[in-house]
Amino acid sequence: MSAHAQVHAVEDHNDDHGHHHKQTFVTKYIFSTDHKMISKQYMITGIFMGVVGILMSLFFRLQLAWPDHKFTIFEIFLGKWGTDGVMDPSVYLALVTIHGTIMVFFVLTAGLSGTFSNLLIPLQIGARDMASGFLNMVSYWLFFISSFIMMCSLFVEAGPASAGWTIYPPLSALPQAIPGSGAGMTLWLISLAIFIASSLLGSLNFIVTVINLRTKGMSMTRLPLTIWAFFITAMIGVVSFPVLFSAALMLIMDRSFGTSFFLSDIYIAGEVLHHQGGSPVLFEHLFWFLGHPEVYIVILPAMGIVSEVMATNSRKPIFGYRAMVASLLAIAFLSTIVWGHHMFISGMNPFLGSVFTFTTLLIAIPSAVKSFNWITTLWRGKLQMNVAMLWSIAFVSTFITGGLTGIIMGDSALDINIHDTYFIVAHFHLVMGISAAYGFLAGVYHWFPKMFEGRMMNKKLGYIHFWVTAIGAYGIFFPMHFVGLAGLPRRYYSNTSFPYFDDLADINVVMTIFAIITIAVQVVFLYNFIYSMFYGKMGSKNPWNATTLEWTTELKHIHGNWDGPIPHVYRWSYDYSKLNKDESDYVIPGQDFIPQNVPLQDNEDELDH
Amino acid sequence: MTAFLVVLVIILFGISVWQMSRIFQLAQVKPSVNSEIASDKDNNTQGYLMMGFLAFIYILTIVSFWLWSDTLLPDSASEHGSRIDNLMLISMILIFFVGIITQGVLHYFAFIYRGNKVKRATFYADNDKLEFIWTIIPVIVLAGLIIYGLFTWTDIMNVDKDDDPLIVELYAQQFNWKARYGGNDNTLGEANVRLIEGVNQLGVDPADPNGQDDKIVTELHLPVGRKVLFKMRSQDVLHSAYMPHFRAQMNCVPGMITQFAFTPTVTTAEMRQNDHIVEKVANINNIRKEKSAALAVNGEEPLETYEFDYVLLCNKICGISHYNMQMKIIVESEEDYNSWLAEQPSLAEQLTK
Repeated sequence: MSAHAQVHAVEDHNDDHGHHHKQTFVTKYIFSTDHKMISKQYMITGIFMGVVGILMSLFFRLQLAWPDHKFTIFEIFLGKWGTDGVMDPSVYLALVTIHGTIMVFFVLTAGLSGTFSNLLIPLQIGARDMASGFLNMVSYWLFFISSFIMMCSLFVEAGPASAGWTIYPPLSALPQAIPGSGAGMTLWLISLAIFIASSLLGSLNFIVTVINLRTKGMSMTRLPLTIWAFFITAMIGVVSFPVLFSAALMLIMDRSFGTSFFLSDIYIAGEVLHHQGGSPVLFEHLFWFLGHPEVYIVILPAMGIVSEVMATNSRKPIFGYRAMVASLLAIAFLSTIVWGHHMFISGMNPFLGSVFTFTTLLIAIPSAVKSFNWITTLWRGKLQMNVAMLWSIAFVSTFITGGLTGIIMGDSALDINIHDTYFIVAHFHLVMGISAAYGFLAGVYHWFPKMFEGRMMNKKLGYIHFWVTAIGAYGIFFPMHFVGLAGLPRRYYSNTSFPYFDDLADINVVMTIFAIITIAVQVVFLYNFIYSMFYGKMGSKNPWNATTLEWTTELKHIHGNWDGPIPHVYRWSYDYSKLNKDESDYVIPGQDFIPQNVPLQDNEDELDH
Repeated sequence: MTAFLVVLVIILFGISVWQMSRIFQLAQVKPSVNSEIASDKDNNTQGYLMMGFLAFIYILTIVSFWLWSDTLLPDSASEHGSRIDNLMLISMILIFFVGIITQGVLHYFAFIYRGNKVKRATFYADNDKLEFIWTIIPVIVLAGLIIYGLFTWTDIMNVDKDDDPLIVELYAQQFNWKARYGGNDNTLGEANVRLIEGVNQLGVDPADPNGQDDKIVTELHLPVGRKVLFKMRSQDVLHSAYMPHFRAQMNCVPGMITQFAFTPTVTTAEMRQNDHIVEKVANINNIRKEKSAALAVNGEEPLETYEFDYVLLCNKICGISHYNMQMKIIVESEEDYNSWLAEQPSLAEQLTK
C-alpha cells in the first residue's frame, strides 16, 4: 500500500489554525464543542439507550414465547410488575411502548444520524468544525436531558407511558384509561419535546455546514453520498419534527388544560367527560406527518453510510452516483406525502386512502433504483470483506426483504386485513429497524479508527458478531410474517385468550430463541467496542484506502481537524480503480484509489465528476 | 484468618494473570499494521459464507412454509375477501419472485467478486440505459398493482345503499364489544355517550322512535349472503374491529361513526367443515391436550376442547386487557338468524323492565 501521492495543499488564508487552547477535562470530554467529541458522545449515549431498548425486547419476547412460565428475571427487573416472576399486562404495554420510542428516536435517529452526521460532515466536506460548535453542544446536551427524562419515566409510581410509541389519544390522554397515561406520559411528552428541540438544532447546523463550509473545489456533485444522505435527512427533520412538536403540545393541553383538540364524546370510568368536538384522527394525521418521514430520517443516513462503505470496499465507484442522489431526493420528497398509509382504516375518507396508496407505491421506484445500484456496485468489483462491508451487504439484503413486503402494506385493499398485525411488525423491523442498525454498525466498524485515533476493532470478533446477528435477525423476523398472516394482532400481552391462535405457540418460541441468541451476541460487540477503544491495534492513517477527506487528517484528534491548511478538492469521491489513458495501470501506478485532494493527472480522462 | 487467606489468594492469582499476560505480550511478534484489515484469506472465507447465508435464507423460507402454512387464515368467508386474497396472491408471487432473484444475485456477486491481490476491479460508474430499465420496470409493474389495488379498495369501501344492507352497530368499550341491530325498521336510533344511564348502556336516545325496536346483544349473529353495513362507535378510546376471517377491519373512534360493509358467504357450520380449518383445529386440540396433561399433573383444571368460531378482535391498543377484547360471530342461515333475533329483547322492553 503506497501512501497518498502528491498532495497539493494550497496555503489557506481564511483559517487561523495552530492556535490550540489549553483544554480542561470538562471542556474536552463534557461540554465539548468539537464535532468529533460530540459525535462520540452521541454514539455512546445511543449505544447505552440501545442496550436498554434491546433488553426490553428480550423481556417481552420471553413473555410471548412462554406466557405460562415464571421468570425470576422479571421479578428482578420489573419489581412490583413482575411479582413471583409473572409479567403484569400493563408493564408489557409499557415495555413495547418504551422499546419503540427508544429504538426509533434515541437509537436510530440520534444515535445514527447524530453520531455520523457530526463525525463526517466537517471531515468529509473539509471544514474545521460545524458552523456553530456551541449549538452543536447544546443539541447534544438537550438530547442527553431528554434521554435522562425518558429513563426517569421508567421509575414513575404508576408506570411509564404505555399507549404504544404512537401515543394515540384518547388512550394517551386519559389516566383513567391506562395507568401509564399519568405522570409517565407527561414525562414522555416532555422528553420528546426536548428531543425535538435537540434534533432541530442539530439539523439546522448540519444544513448550514453543508451549504456554507465546503472546502474549495467541493461542489455538491463531488460530495460523498454520506453527506448527501445526512444533508437530506436534516432537511426532512426540519420539515417534519415541528409538526410532532405541535401535536405533542396540543396533547399536553388536552391532558392538563382541558382543551379538546383530540377528544370528544367520551364516557369512561362511569362518567361523561366534558370534551367535545376534537378528533383522534387529527392526532393521527399530525403524528404520522412526522412519523412517516421519521422512518426515512432513520434509513437515509444508513443508506449513505452503506453507499460509501460499499464503494470503498468494492474498490469501485458507486454505480449511478447521480441516480443515487436523485433517488435520495425523490424518497425525501415522497416521504412527506405518504403519511396516510398508516391510517387506511382509521375512519378517514376512503378516497384519501386511494391517494395515499398511489403515493406510497411510488416510493418503491427510487428504492428499487437504489437497491439495483448497490448490487451493480458489487458487480466486477474486488470486494474487501471487511466487517463494515459485510454489514453493508446485509443491509441491502434486509432492505430488499423488508421493502418488498411494503408493497403489500402500502396497498390499501391489502392493508385492511394485515393492519396492526405482526405482519407490519415484521415489515418495519426488517426494513427500518434491522437495516438502519446494520447501517449504524457498518459505520461504527468503518469509522472506528477515525473516532478513536487510529485504533481498529478486532475483525475476528467482528465476523462472529456479524454472522450470528445476520442469521438471528432473519430468524426472528421472517417467521413473524406468518404470525401476522395468521391474523394475530400486535401488542397482545398474551394470545392464550384465543384458542384459535394456540398453534402459533411454537413460532413464538422459535422467534424468541433467535432473539436470545442475537441479543447475546451483541455482548461480543460491546466487548470489542470498549476493548478496542483502549487496546485496539493501531492502523494506518487511511486503513481502508479510501478517497474521502477524513482520511487525510492526522490520527491524533486536534481541534480544527487539519494541522496544516484545509485540503482542496479536485475530483469526486469515487475514483477507485480508475485506469490511465492507455489502460496499462491505475492512474497513480500501483495504487487503486485517488484521494479527492489529488489534482487531475495528465494521464487520466476527465469525467464529468 | 480465612478471609485474609482468601484475599491473599485473590491477589496472588491477579498478579499471576497479570504476569502471564505480560509474558504473552512480550512473546508475541509485533503485529503488522494491517492485521485488522481483511486479508485475501478473509475475503475468501467470507465470500463462501455469503453463499452459505443465501442458502440459509432460502432454506428458512422453505422450512417456514412447510412448518407453518397451516397456521395461516383459511379462504375468505366474505364476498370481497376473495378479491383481497387474489390481489394478495398476485403481490406475494411478485415479491417472492423479485426477492428470490435479487437476494440470489446480491449474495452471488458478494461471493464471486470477493477480492484478492491480483484482481482488478472494473471502473464502472454510470450507465443511463441500465438506470432507465430498472426505473421503468418497477413503474410498469407498480402501475398494474396500484390500478388493481385501487379498484378493489374503492369497491370495498363504497357502500351502495340500494343493496339494502342489514345495519348493525358495533359498539366498543374497554374491554368488550356490543352489537346493536336496527330492529324491524333496520334503522338505528340516535345515540350519544351523554345519554348513557342505567340499563341504557349505549346511550341510545330514548325519545328517538327509531331506537325503540333496536336490539343490543353481546354475540354477533349474521345471516349468510346478505350485505351487512357495520356502523362503528367507541365510548372511551380508539379500538379497532378486526374480523380476520372476513378480511374486514375498521377503527372505532370516539366522537365519530365509522363504517365497513361486507357480505358473509360461509356459515359457521360450513367453515367448521373446511379442510384447512379441520386440520388447524385438530392441531390446536392436540396442543391443548398436551397442555392439559401438564396441568393435570399440577392438579389444575384441563383446557376445554376447542371448536372453531368466527371472532371479532380488538386490534388497536386500548388498555390493559386489550389482549382479551373479543366477541363471537356466528354466521347462519336467514331463518336461524331471524329466529335468534326474535328472541332478543328490544330496547323499549329493556328500558321499561
